[in-house]
Amino acid sequence: MNLLDVRDLRVSFGTPDGVVRAVRGLSFSVDRGRTLAVVGESGSGKSVATQTITGLTRGAEVSGSARFDGTELLGADPATLRRLRGARIGMIFQDPLSSLHPQYRIGWQIVEMIRAHQPQTSRQAARRRAADLLTLVGIPRAAERIDDYPHQFSGGMRQRVMIAMAMALDPDLLIADEPTTALDVTVQAQVLSVMRKLQQEFGTAIILITHDLGVVAELADEVIVMYAGSVMERAPRRDLFYRNHHPYTQGLLASLPSQTGRRLTPIPGSPPSLINPPRGCPFAARCPHVFDRCRAVAPPLVEVYGDTRHQSACWLGDGEAVAA
Amino acid sequence: MTPLLRIEDVHKEFPTQRREVVHAVDGVSLEVRRGETLGLVGETGCGKSTLARCIARLYDVTSGSVWFDGHDITSSSRRELRALRRSVQVIFQDPYGSLNPRRRVGSIIGDPFAIHGIAAGPERKKKVQELMELVGLNPEHYNRFPAEFSGGQRQRIGVARALALRPKLVICDEPVSALDVSIQAQIINLLADLQHEFDLTYVFISHDLSVVRHVSDRIAVMYLGKIVEVAPTEELFGQTRHPYTRALLSALPVADPDTADSREQIILAGDIPSAVGPPTGCRFHTRCPKAGAVCGSSEPPLEPVLDDGPEHRTACFFPLTIGENLSAAVLKAS
Repeated sequence: MNLLDVRDLRVSFGTPDGVVRAVRGLSFSVDRGRTLAVVGESGSGKSVATQTITGLTRGAEVSGSARFDGTELLGADPATLRRLRGARIGMIFQDPLSSLHPQYRIGWQIVEMIRAHQPQTSRQAARRRAADLLTLVGIPRAAERIDDYPHQFSGGMRQRVMIAMAMALDPDLLIADEPTTALDVTVQAQVLSVMRKLQQEFGTAIILITHDLGVVAELADEVIVMYAGSVMERAPRRDLFYRNHHPYTQGLLASLPSQTGRRLTPIPGSPPSLINPPRGCPFAARCPHVFDRCRAVAPPLVEVYGDTRHQSACWLGDGEAVAA
Repeated sequence: MTPLLRIEDVHKEFPTQRREVVHAVDGVSLEVRRGETLGLVGETGCGKSTLARCIARLYDVTSGSVWFDGHDITSSSRRELRALRRSVQVIFQDPYGSLNPRRRVGSIIGDPFAIHGIAAGPERKKKVQELMELVGLNPEHYNRFPAEFSGGQRQRIGVARALALRPKLVICDEPVSALDVSIQAQIINLLADLQHEFDLTYVFISHDLSVVRHVSDRIAVMYLGKIVEVAPTEELFGQTRHPYTRALLSALPVADPDTADSREQIILAGDIPSAVGPPTGCRFHTRCPKAGAVCGSSEPPLEPVLDDGPEHRTACFFPLTIGENLSAAVLKAS
C-alpha cells in the first residue's frame, strides 16, 4: 500500500473577483523512502495541493480524497490532523525565518515540538534529542548553539534547524515546499545533501515542491509537472528529462539557459487565469502544437510510451510533440 | 581603445550601529569593455550589488577611482552625475518593488524624459509608446497601472525605462531572478536583442550561474568583497582555477540527470564569514579545502596563474590544475 494516496483533489477559494480554482483534479501517490517532486511555476497549484492535504488551507472548498497510511486526511477533525502534522508528516517551508519564533531559543522550540506530540518524553531527553538532531543536520557545536536565538543563525542554518524540527519525530512523510529557494547555491547543496542523507537513514518519503528543474534532477525519483491547477505530465525522473511527452514539459526545459549559449526558446504568453479557466487544455493558448480539439476538451492524463509509470495529459500521440 | 568603464582599487565601507565597519567591497579593480556583457556572480553578501551601485555612482566610493568613457567620475558633482545618468542605467531585480504602483505605466517609462527635459507632451507619449513596442508591450496599455501587468511584463517596463535615454552601459541587477523560467527566457532574449540593436554594454549580476554563463562574455566571481577569479566565460567553466569558483560551479543543480549523477560535487563546510571582520589573507581560506599556512597570513594577488593568458586572472596561491579533483582535497580536510 502507498503511504499517501491522493485522488482527484480539487481546491477552490472564493475571492472578491470570483472563485479561484487553484487545484483541478490532482491524483498522485508516494511510497516510503521515495522522493516525489512536484514542479510548476507560480500559480500552478503545487503548494496549495500539499497545504490542503495537511489541513492548512482554511476557508477553501475541497473535494476528493487523500489517504495517509489508511487515514483519510480531507475533512479529518483538527485534533487528528494536529496529531499527524509534525509527528508523522513533517513540513519544511521556503522561508525559515518566518517559520521560527524569533523570541524563543532554537533548542526550546525543538523541545516544545517534541513534547507537544510526546508528553511522556522528559525535558532533558527531548533536549538531548534536539542536540543530536542539530548535529545530524550539520550545525557545528550543536550542544552550545542549541541555546541561540534564530537571528543568531544564518539562512542556511535556520533551514537546517527547520529540517531538524521536521525530522524530530521520525516522520513517515516529509513535505518540503521550496526548501532551498531562499538559499545560496553552496548552502543549497549542503541542505539537499542533508535531506538525501536523512532519507537514506530513516526511509522517509519526501514530497519536494519546487520550480527548479535542477533540484528535481538531483533529488527526485518521480516527477509531477503541474500547470494551472492540473497535472500535465508525470514520469520517472530520467523519462521527464530524456523522453518527455507534454509540450509544456518540453517548453519548460527549452526555456532553461543552456551551456551552448544558443538562443533560448521561451514559452510565449503567460498562464491562464484560474478564475475562469479555459474549457479545454489549460496550456492550449501557449502550445505550439495546438489544434481544435485541445480548445474544446481537456485531455485526460493517460499512459504514454507504453509505460504505466509515465502519463501525459495531451491529445498528441507518442513522439508527436518533438521539435516545434 | 579605452574600456567603457574602469574601476581601480575600489573600496566601499558601511558603518554599522555598533560602530563597526562592513567591508562590502574591498579593493576591486575591473574594466568593462564596449559592447561586452560582464557577468558578476557570487553569493548573498559578496558585494556584487554594492559594486554595481558604486559603478553606477548610486553610492560614493570610500576609496579608489571610477572611470567612465575616459573620465574620472569618482568625485563628480551632482550636476555632472545627472549627465552620467543618461549613459548609465540600472534594471533592478524586483519588478514589483521598483515601479510606483500609483502611477500609470506611460508616465513611469516617460520619467527619464521628464527628468532630463528631453521631450514633452505628445512627443513624449510617442517616444514612450515606441519604447513599449520595442520591449514587447502593447503601446495601448500606456494608461494602465503596474498592478495590471504580470511579473514578466513589469520587468519589460523596467527595461523600457532603463533604455529611454539610449544609455551606453546598463547594469542588470538580478533582472530575471524573480521570474518563472518560461518568462525568464523571454526577458533574457529581449536583453540580447536590445544589446545587438543598440550596441549596449551590460554588467549582468546574478546568483544564478547558468543564467550568467548564458549571457556573459566574461565573468568575475566575487567572494566577501573581493574578486577571486575573472575570465572569459568558457575558460572560467572549462579551466576553473579558484577553489571557490569550483565549489560554486559544482553546487549548481543541473537540469540533467546524467550530469547530476556523475559529476563531482563539493559541499563546502560552514557559512560565508561576516564582512565586518573578514578573515585575514585570502578571504576564502577558512572554508577552502586546499588552504595552506600562507593563505591565512597573506593575500593572493589577482593575476594570471599557471599557464593562463592575461585575460584569466585568479587570486589563489594554490590554483587548481585542469582535471584536478577537489573533492579528494575535501575528504582529506574533513
